[in-house]
Amino acid sequence: MLGFLLKRAALALAVAVTVSIISFLLLRASGDIAVAVAGEGATEADIEAIRIQFGFDRPLIVQYFEWAGNALTGDLGQSVYFRVPVVELIGERMPVTMGLGALALVFAVALSIPLGVAAALRPNSIIDRLSLWIAVLGQAMPSFWFALLLMLVMGVWWRWLPISGAGGFDHYIMPAIALGYYATPAIMRLTRAGMIEVLESDYIRTAHAKGLGTGKVLFKHALRNAVIPVVSLAAVQFGFMLSGSIVIESIFALPGVGHLAWISLQRSDFTVVQGIVLMLSVIYILMALVADLFNAWLDPRIRVA
Amino acid sequence: MTDMQAAPAASPTAPAPGPGKVPGKAPAGPWARMRRRSLRHGGVMFGAIVLLGFIAMAFLAPLLAPHDPLSQSLSTRLIDPFWGAKPHPDHLLGTDQLGRDYLSRMIYGARISLTIGLVAMVISGVIGTAMGVAAGYFGGRIDHFVTFVVTTRLSMPVILVALAVVAVAGSSLTVVVLVLGFLLWDRFAVVMRSATRQVRDHEYVAAAQALGMPVSRIVMSEILPNVLGALIVVATLEMAHAILLEAALSFLGLGVQPPTPSWGLMVSEGRKAMFFKPWLIAIPGAALFVLVLAINLLGDGLRDVMAPEGRS
Repeated sequence: MLGFLLKRAALALAVAVTVSIISFLLLRASGDIAVAVAGEGATEADIEAIRIQFGFDRPLIVQYFEWAGNALTGDLGQSVYFRVPVVELIGERMPVTMGLGALALVFAVALSIPLGVAAALRPNSIIDRLSLWIAVLGQAMPSFWFALLLMLVMGVWWRWLPISGAGGFDHYIMPAIALGYYATPAIMRLTRAGMIEVLESDYIRTAHAKGLGTGKVLFKHALRNAVIPVVSLAAVQFGFMLSGSIVIESIFALPGVGHLAWISLQRSDFTVVQGIVLMLSVIYILMALVADLFNAWLDPRIRVA
Repeated sequence: MTDMQAAPAASPTAPAPGPGKVPGKAPAGPWARMRRRSLRHGGVMFGAIVLLGFIAMAFLAPLLAPHDPLSQSLSTRLIDPFWGAKPHPDHLLGTDQLGRDYLSRMIYGARISLTIGLVAMVISGVIGTAMGVAAGYFGGRIDHFVTFVVTTRLSMPVILVALAVVAVAGSSLTVVVLVLGFLLWDRFAVVMRSATRQVRDHEYVAAAQALGMPVSRIVMSEILPNVLGALIVVATLEMAHAILLEAALSFLGLGVQPPTPSWGLMVSEGRKAMFFKPWLIAIPGAALFVLVLAINLLGDGLRDVMAPEGRS
């Protein structure tokens, strides 16, 4: 297990370093960043001044190593617009995004696991078809459009929930539904497939044969085994949700990291954007690592591969 | 995604030998059988018809659109659509805040979505297929390398990276298409890798290798035709994905720029008035929804049609 752990951790580190290089190069090489920072109507002299002030005139590799070296010590640079350290900006907003992500995941799991189990118990029944349709329709719905419709119906017409800004728990409900809905099809399908497989296994027949009640067989024996792959999928989905929070947070004006990314893009504050890309990637990589280790811990066969 | 089967295993394709043949019924090849199954499959038919409808709309936009999609008119701002309180016979779907005919903008908007979806799908398809087939066919180090690259790509927050690149490079249709094309190849690589691994161990590939065929010919004439089914399925799903992402980028203001009629941009523009005129966001959003739904149903359906045994 220790060997496997070290191997996976080394891989995760390698991925993190590669992501940092690629995202750095993408932002520096896809256009003249000094022009983008200077904004419209800047003179040649302004652009040149910015180039020197931020060190954009130096070779890319020097810029990368300086940035990455600082990042290792927890310094992601200064925000051009806010004039405060990027780490501070992200740190202030991380709880909002994490809370939103967690709530969205709870919503997704609470919706998809019961539906997946019900669908697996009666394949091709009405409930199976209904859950399939929820998945198919959900995948086709543009996330920003779904969020606006929620806002219109639940916020304006029914007046159930506040439509924007941060505040109490109620400000998180609609964004969490809008964000979590996109994880439901995948979790539901995996639960259904896992349940169908487990229900056909010998130990379930044994459990029935020795006279256990249906509820006990289903929840204690079947679901617990079927849900194992779902846990690691959920961890990865959480990583995806952090990326999707850009759209949802900017719609609901929820002051999290995604919202920060969006306003920073509009202000050409690329040090902040760069820091957020790195942060979100690292969180995703960690989630994937945890999911892998969790699986290996549960299923020793994986450790050998 | 690994449940995709490139070709139905052990299918009874071989025509019945000799005299047992039913007269008047030609022996059906795999494609003919697929066509027959497609015609009976509701999802495939719905998806294909709706998609063809949108494609026709995009091609015939200048003929179909009643007005110039860009011409503004202050006297005809925010007219209701035909089901609204104060409709106008000249503007079936009403007008936007600048008095532009909504129906004409919707029709021209199909061009943007379909162009971006198709071109991004082709770019990412070429990249992902090359990587996936190489990884699946050669295995070993190449496989490790491709897996690493795919893992790296999956770790990057795709929407944010796309937004950032567009922000630096300047937003235009070309930039958006290129960014999406170069970001969305991951699923192609994953599916093509596993499909190629299944095909690689078949005898006909071993036979081709034994005959001394160069690798390029083995890939072109033995591997690719046999993973084509899986490729078509991913291609449809990725086209839908690209269309949704373009809409999201344009909605956030870093995609297609005004006054170009992109559906995502139209939702964003209509948002300011959505509480009074909800149809401003309802119409373009519904169009996106129906188009993406059609493409997804077509893709899912094709998977069923091509490998009915592999349905889970």
